[in-house]
Amino acid sequence: MRDHYQLIIIGAGPAGLAAAVTATNHGISCALLDEQASPGGQIYRAIESAPATRAQVLGSEYQQGKTLAEEFRACSVEYFPECKVWSLNSEREVGVLYKDQSKIISADQVLVASGAIERPVPFPGWTLPGVMQAGAGQILFKSAGVIPSDGVVLAGSGPLLLLLAWQYMQVGVEIKAMLDVTPHSNFLSALTKFPRALLAHHYLTKGLIYQRDLKRAGIVSKMAVSNLKAEGNGELQSISYRHLGREHSIETGLLMTHFGVIPDIWLTQAAGCQHRRDSSQQCWRPQHNEWGNTSIDGILIAGDGAGINGVRSAEYAGRLAVLQALFSLGVISQAERNQQSINPRKQMRKERHIRPFLEAYFAIPQNMLATTDKSTIICRCEEITAGEIRAAVDNAHGDSNQVKYLSRCGMGPCQGRQCANAVAHIVADAGGEAISDSSLFRGRPPVAPLTLAQLASLSAENAS
Amino acid sequence: MFKQLQNNDLGNLEVTLDGCKILVPQGTSVAAVVLAQGLRSTRTTPISNSPRAPFCMMGVCYDCLMIIDGKANQHSCATYVKQGMHVETQQGVGPALGDAR
Ligand SMILES: Cc1cc2nc3c(=O)[nH]c(=O)nc-3n(C[C@H](O)[C@@H](O)[C@H](O)COP(=O)(O)OP(=O)(O)OC[C@H]3O[C@@H](n4cnc5c(N)ncnc54)[C@H](O)[C@@H]3O)c2cc1C
Ligand code: FES
Repeated sequence: MRDHYQLIIIGAGPAGLAAAVTATNHGISCALLDEQASPGGQIYRAIESAPATRAQVLGSEYQQGKTLAEEFRACSVEYFPECKVWSLNSEREVGVLYKDQSKIISADQVLVASGAIERPVPFPGWTLPGVMQAGAGQILFKSAGVIPSDGVVLAGSGPLLLLLAWQYMQVGVEIKAMLDVTPHSNFLSALTKFPRALLAHHYLTKGLIYQRDLKRAGIVSKMAVSNLKAEGNGELQSISYRHLGREHSIETGLLMTHFGVIPDIWLTQAAGCQHRRDSSQQCWRPQHNEWGNTSIDGILIAGDGAGINGVRSAEYAGRLAVLQALFSLGVISQAERNQQSINPRKQMRKERHIRPFLEAYFAIPQNMLATTDKSTIICRCEEITAGEIRAAVDNAHGDSNQVKYLSRCGMGPCQGRQCANAVAHIVADAGGEAISDSSLFRGRPPVAPLTLAQLASLSAENAS
Repeated sequence: MFKQLQNNDLGNLEVTLDGCKILVPQGTSVAAVVLAQGLRSTRTTPISNSPRAPFCMMGVCYDCLMIIDGKANQHSCATYVKQGMHVETQQGVGPALGDAR
């Protein structure tokens, strides 16, 4: 690993892979850093190693990743797998942990392509063993061929939940129930977005096919479910929920939930980039222009880390951001940049027709984003409840950064990645304020907690 | 709760999980292996001693921390199995107090 590159790309998902291919076509020195062991990111996880039968079950979208991974392997990027990026600053210095050694490297241009995380939505019992995110279930399946053995309840909202149900069905996993928390009112708000969504009708068709297949397989599916609770002593034993005004419960040792995905903004937050509240996507995302420039010179963003637009868009955005980086580096002219961007930009626009509809239809109900159940744990690390956070709001004058310091929520090892959004919503709700750009508490480097030994390796490295 | 789909393409490695020797497929994360082995929880919390298990599988939640080859607070979801690896369930902050904090 060199000390300096013209371009550092963080993340080997579709955005980062496409970016690396485009960049090295122009002969610049480029490093790609990713914490996974192999390229692919979230969608194409383990794309190179998944056996053919598994890849087939995961669907055609997944298999499309093969071509991109091959193109990537053929390009001359310096690829560092199992490399965790733990900091990024406005000077484009990147703190990495590679082979148990910490190191700080720098670049003229940094492209953050770190993707999305699943939106953490706290509900009673969500910390019990046996409750996990649907994406976690999918990762177990994609990367290790590990699937539920005694059935699973799937709950929440969004296309990924449907996709996982369909993938599980293909391998005979018993789906005890699909509990959809999408309220009926979302249907109305999504209706106005429907005409535009028809321009990307293949996505709608795919969703309908999944639903039809699940129905044919006799899988119980309930709509507009509320009051989801996970129950058990030391581990999940059952779940309960409300449907059509009545309480129900299901015995299960496994519950997988999904409430959509949100940009993983911890690196751009650490760097000090400006972030905006996106009310349609119900998340915060780095402010950026049509080329992926963030508010900090030389730091670019592409893919779902910039705002959720899906796999294809991520790929095009990765290419566009690299064209901008090449232009800034003086490798291509403005005219060349503009010329080469025409096609990816056109394709990206097409891909995005579906998003407003999906965002409106799968919007998470406000009472789930800002739970009023006082005993629900919000901060999984420090075990701080919604009640404690609400109690801190008055003393903190409604500022979520103050709430963080007063309550300790967000100060554990995950550094608030699991609770920041919920805290912002609860603080706004308790203080009667509207949610805004500044509702989210600030993230701080290091993004990944290092051991003392790893930090020591950093000073040894810099002294030598 | 979990099982491993048949996979003959991968070789097997010997790993010790909480004192028991097991054979596990290469190229898998420690978290995937222990879940497929039927382990319900990977750690207990330092504050209330509550059991926890992998939640996100992508390095975000820190609920999968385990003691791996004697080192506490290792992300089992982001650590890949190796021949002869020793994996243990972690109680609270684990033996090497404060190692990862
Ligand atoms: C769990 C999960 C499963 C998903 N499954 C699907 C699916 O099946 N189908 C679908 O259409 N969409 C899926 N998505 C949505 C996903 O966001 C895709 O749209 C797509 O993967 C986005 O591509 P990307 O390149 O922006 O980011 P990703 O594909 O997310 O790639 C980002 C990469 O950056 C790495 N990274 C992040 N932070 C760091 C760091 N600090 N240091 C080092 N590396 C880092 C990650 O390990 C990852 O490999 C999923 C999302 C999640 C969170
Ligand atoms: S399971 Fe969440 S960090 Fe490992």
